[in-house]
Amino acid sequence: MRATLFKAVAILTFVLLVSTAIALAVGSQKIDFATLLSDPVSRTLFFRLRLPRVLMGLTIGASLAVTGASLQALFRNPLADPYTLGISGGGALGASLAIALGWGARVAGVPLVFLASFLGAMLAATLVRGIARTGAVVLPGALLLSGVVVNLVSLAAVLTIQYVADPNSSLQILRWMVGSLDVIGIAPVGYMLVLLVPAWVALLALSRQLNLLAIDEDTATTLGVNVHRCETVVHTLCSLVVGVTVAMGGSIGFVGLIVPHAVRLMFGEDLRVVLPGSLLLGAAFLVLADALGRSALPTGELPVGAITGLLGGPAFLWLLRRRKQYTAM
Amino acid sequence: MPLMEARHLEYAYAGGARAICGISVSLEPASLTAVIGSNGSGKSTLIRLLAGLLRPTSGEILLDGKPLDAWHPRMRAREIAYMPQATMTVFPFRAIDVVLSGRTPHAPRFGFESDRDRAIAMEALEAAGAAHLAQRSLTALSGGEKQMVILARALAQEPRVLLLDEPAAALDLKHRAEMMRTLARLRDTRGLSVVMITHDLQLTGSLFDRILALRCGELAAQGRPDEILQSGLLGEVYDDPKVRTARIGDQTMVWIDK
Repeated sequence: MRATLFKAVAILTFVLLVSTAIALAVGSQKIDFATLLSDPVSRTLFFRLRLPRVLMGLTIGASLAVTGASLQALFRNPLADPYTLGISGGGALGASLAIALGWGARVAGVPLVFLASFLGAMLAATLVRGIARTGAVVLPGALLLSGVVVNLVSLAAVLTIQYVADPNSSLQILRWMVGSLDVIGIAPVGYMLVLLVPAWVALLALSRQLNLLAIDEDTATTLGVNVHRCETVVHTLCSLVVGVTVAMGGSIGFVGLIVPHAVRLMFGEDLRVVLPGSLLLGAAFLVLADALGRSALPTGELPVGAITGLLGGPAFLWLLRRRKQYTAM
Repeated sequence: MPLMEARHLEYAYAGGARAICGISVSLEPASLTAVIGSNGSGKSTLIRLLAGLLRPTSGEILLDGKPLDAWHPRMRAREIAYMPQATMTVFPFRAIDVVLSGRTPHAPRFGFESDRDRAIAMEALEAAGAAHLAQRSLTALSGGEKQMVILARALAQEPRVLLLDEPAAALDLKHRAEMMRTLARLRDTRGLSVVMITHDLQLTGSLFDRILALRCGELAAQGRPDEILQSGLLGEVYDDPKVRTARIGDQTMVWIDK
């Protein structure tokens, strides 16, 4: 298994480097790399816009994929993904409210829309967990179901807000709902990484426990896993990670669902390979999707959330046809 | 001192009736114990309590004289292995990887399994008669084949106590006999103590050292097979006066009269 891990990390790091290079090279504005340091326009374009955007894509892609892989193992459900926890809906609702109410202010340098989105995501996660809790036990099936329902209710509320809001706010909400990696300057990505990297490391450190849980909950317990503690920690970490990514990039679907399955198809089921593999491939997939979105149209760009859906959906269905061993889809 | 001891165990499911009422049992090293009783008599609950999956409402369970709760989960996992009635794995893990995961309590916390762990896992697969399934996906196996792999995983744990919830239910005659031979061999060579739920009373007659008979959550009787496999006693345990037994050589036949 150690050899598989090394192979996976080597191959996927290469894929990541190539994807990153492509993402840095393409865009609606051509950047001349020969004069990058001497030409102020190229320099601004590259260092203030393109590089931060690619870094943002890497961070969000890695986060969504690693949480998707963790949640699929935790719930023993190949259909679980960051958004089945209701977090995306909650985040969308928070952001939509802030946009519709015209909260343009910043608190400690962070736009209120981001804060509202993060709070919405956290509230949804807490609500979902509260509904699924029976005494000290959180039932995975109930968690998944209540997550899906909270997501749907939140999205219905967002639609209502969009309907009654003024056209400008409505358009902003739409852009936000589809997901975007627009960012100016490198600082926001830095803040994100400070929050996210410890959570990634913690999830990777739990990969062996998640591996046992993915096989069977009872035997995981008798093999020494504290199942309830593991569930609480993984759910909390995933909620935080997705909350931050939703606040920064909006709702970007399919990365958390499709990437872990692609890694499984290539390197097998062991979570000690699937988690780091998803981190790398998720980052690569999102920056490639964004590069495609930025270069697909002669003028303007397609939102990255639409590209991940259009690419990820059919790819997922193809995988599903190829792998019929899943017994409880 | 017995290897494992349960004293005055009581257990009730949330909002439900009591599933286990005042059961006291002790397990000796190097023994094969069968747990019998009708459906809903508390057999699986008893095994799950012994495995530490459920906490008794009252009473205590001791392993080596130390309460089960006081054991560190990892250390406890080196002593007690459990095999559930069914394993509903969704992801297509390879059989060998599932068996290797049984080495978790022995492997370093953040490392991978060693070559020795791999050898033990292969040995366990052979002992369970499932070596030919090593590279197959668990989700592609039949119910019986899956049970053999899960048994191999419990064996790879190298426990002193092995708790089996109806391991033979999906096995054909040949594999059932093979499994019993393996368990008897491990009892004799490694001092393994096995507790196994079974509905196959024929099996219990000649192969087990002891039988625990449960009825409505209570221990109706315990003793040697020849003491328990009596028409009257089984009639009470299964609540059917037409249960009959007969001894033929060292085998006991059990049937129900028309």
